[in-house]
Amino acid sequence: MDALVIKRLTKTYGNGLQALKGIDLTVPEGDFFALLGPNGAGKTTAIGIVTSLVNKTSGSVQVFGYDLDRQREAAKLQIGVVPQEVNLHMFETCRRILINQAGYYGVPRRVAAARVEKYLRALRLWDRRDDIARSLSGGMKRRLMIARALIHEPRLLILDEPTAGVDIEIRRSMWEFMREINEAGVTIILTTHYLEEAESLCRDIAIIDEGLIIENDSMTNVIRKLQTESFVLTLEKAVQSAPDLDGYPVELRNEHEIEVTLSKGQSLNSLFDVLSKKSLHVVSMRTKTNRLEELFMGLVEQKDRPSELHYD
Amino acid sequence: MTETTLPVTKGGAQQSLLRINLIGLLTIVRKEAHRVRRIWVQTIVPPVITMTLYFVIFGTLIGRRIGEMDGVPYMNYIAPGLIMMSVITNSFGNVVSSFFSAKLQLFLEEMLVSPLSYATIVLGFVAGGMIRAMSVAVIVTAVALFFTNLDVAHPFITLSIILLTAMVFSLAGLINAIFANKFDDVSIFPTFVLAPLTYLGGVFFSISLLSPVWQKVALLNPVLYMVNGFRYGMLGVSDIDIRVAYAIILVFFVVLFTTAMVLLKRGTGIRH
Repeated sequence: MDALVIKRLTKTYGNGLQALKGIDLTVPEGDFFALLGPNGAGKTTAIGIVTSLVNKTSGSVQVFGYDLDRQREAAKLQIGVVPQEVNLHMFETCRRILINQAGYYGVPRRVAAARVEKYLRALRLWDRRDDIARSLSGGMKRRLMIARALIHEPRLLILDEPTAGVDIEIRRSMWEFMREINEAGVTIILTTHYLEEAESLCRDIAIIDEGLIIENDSMTNVIRKLQTESFVLTLEKAVQSAPDLDGYPVELRNEHEIEVTLSKGQSLNSLFDVLSKKSLHVVSMRTKTNRLEELFMGLVEQKDRPSELHYD
Repeated sequence: MTETTLPVTKGGAQQSLLRINLIGLLTIVRKEAHRVRRIWVQTIVPPVITMTLYFVIFGTLIGRRIGEMDGVPYMNYIAPGLIMMSVITNSFGNVVSSFFSAKLQLFLEEMLVSPLSYATIVLGFVAGGMIRAMSVAVIVTAVALFFTNLDVAHPFITLSIILLTAMVFSLAGLINAIFANKFDDVSIFPTFVLAPLTYLGGVFFSISLLSPVWQKVALLNPVLYMVNGFRYGMLGVSDIDIRVAYAIILVFFVVLFTTAMVLLKRGTGIRH
């Protein structure tokens, strides 16, 4: 069964802004799905419609087979949402926020109390359970919102920029937590500006821009579509100019670093063969930019400068 | 709310819509009651101080010179009016401020994303307004007992009118908050509409003191029916027929409840 099926979804705001121009999207059950797009692309509007915070103009939304118009309660019961903006009651304690949220989903207080401990511990907030939300750091507030979204144990978890403003250590632990939740069977839809995050976590991806889905495929297929990929190589011995690498474009970054671009079809093995022949010993190597970032930029810039595309 | 069976959630058993809404309603009521307690210095203390001053100034000092109104001592005459005035202002004030801050700080979304019915959300906030209004009413009644003896002529009428009035003004507060976009919007109605209606609604005087023309104008004021209905329940005297008072209050309740439901369903002021 599909966790989410969106058909011909449109949204025109009162000021005439057409935020969604008829999007179709299917997220299979159990998926870890990335919904990416630049600011103002329509991601949050789409999520707002799915979570009943924005009125759609037309189209349909089904959550685990329940139509959001005709089976509103059944559909909403399946969803947990972590919105982009912090929307916590700042003067309530973490514990009370979670107990109340559980109550809104019909979870009795006794059951809710046990879940509060489970999720606050999992998200490293148990020590702060009796502190008001206002006293928490930005990262803690984000984690509290994740705990709140999970308290009724939904089958579909929607995370809109969950790691924004969170330090790297906490972000990594949140990734681990999200993976565990997904492995436990919860379908996850993630929007993020950290493309490394999407590439590392998600199996499928949709890219939305100016209210339209411009890419929707598995992460593997999408990454494969990249035409070129650039690597930065650190050399053991200093070089004074960019070496000739038999057709591989090379740029000299500094005397110990060169940047080599591989086209689709060229392998790293062949590159290293050439490097060995030239007696250039590589100490370390890294990708120049995140692969998904290259792809994303290519897609989003496509409309403006089609001739400069690095994407097929 | 109907007994519809909903699907199984990942972590929960099969649930009924009725059960979800009952637990949800109880949760909103608890949350609202907790809010009244948490900020008691804002919710309970000011109305009690204001009403005590009214009793001292209008009841004791000025009241002695007025003597009787409609055949009862002035202090006894204004006591039901002042209790009702505190019910009106506090039920309205509680819901308008609670709902508006939830909307402004976005945590209203916690309820909007949930499967709760709009009726449950409306009733939950109304219950919160009633809890504060009745808490203040009990304390104001206790304060009144320091100044005079109060008898209750018709207990059922007294209780039903005060509860219905609290419901009506809680609903009015909710509708005000739904439309409000800034802090000014939540103070305009209480200042320019509610206060004049309350002061001219027979709290301090009988409309028989007015000229025939103004008596007719006064009958357009819904607060008059609530104050007089409550006064009839306590003292057995009233400017208007108690049946008319019930009818007016019930009409207001139905109209305001329906309006609140339609607004929430449409998403007016809360959804784009």
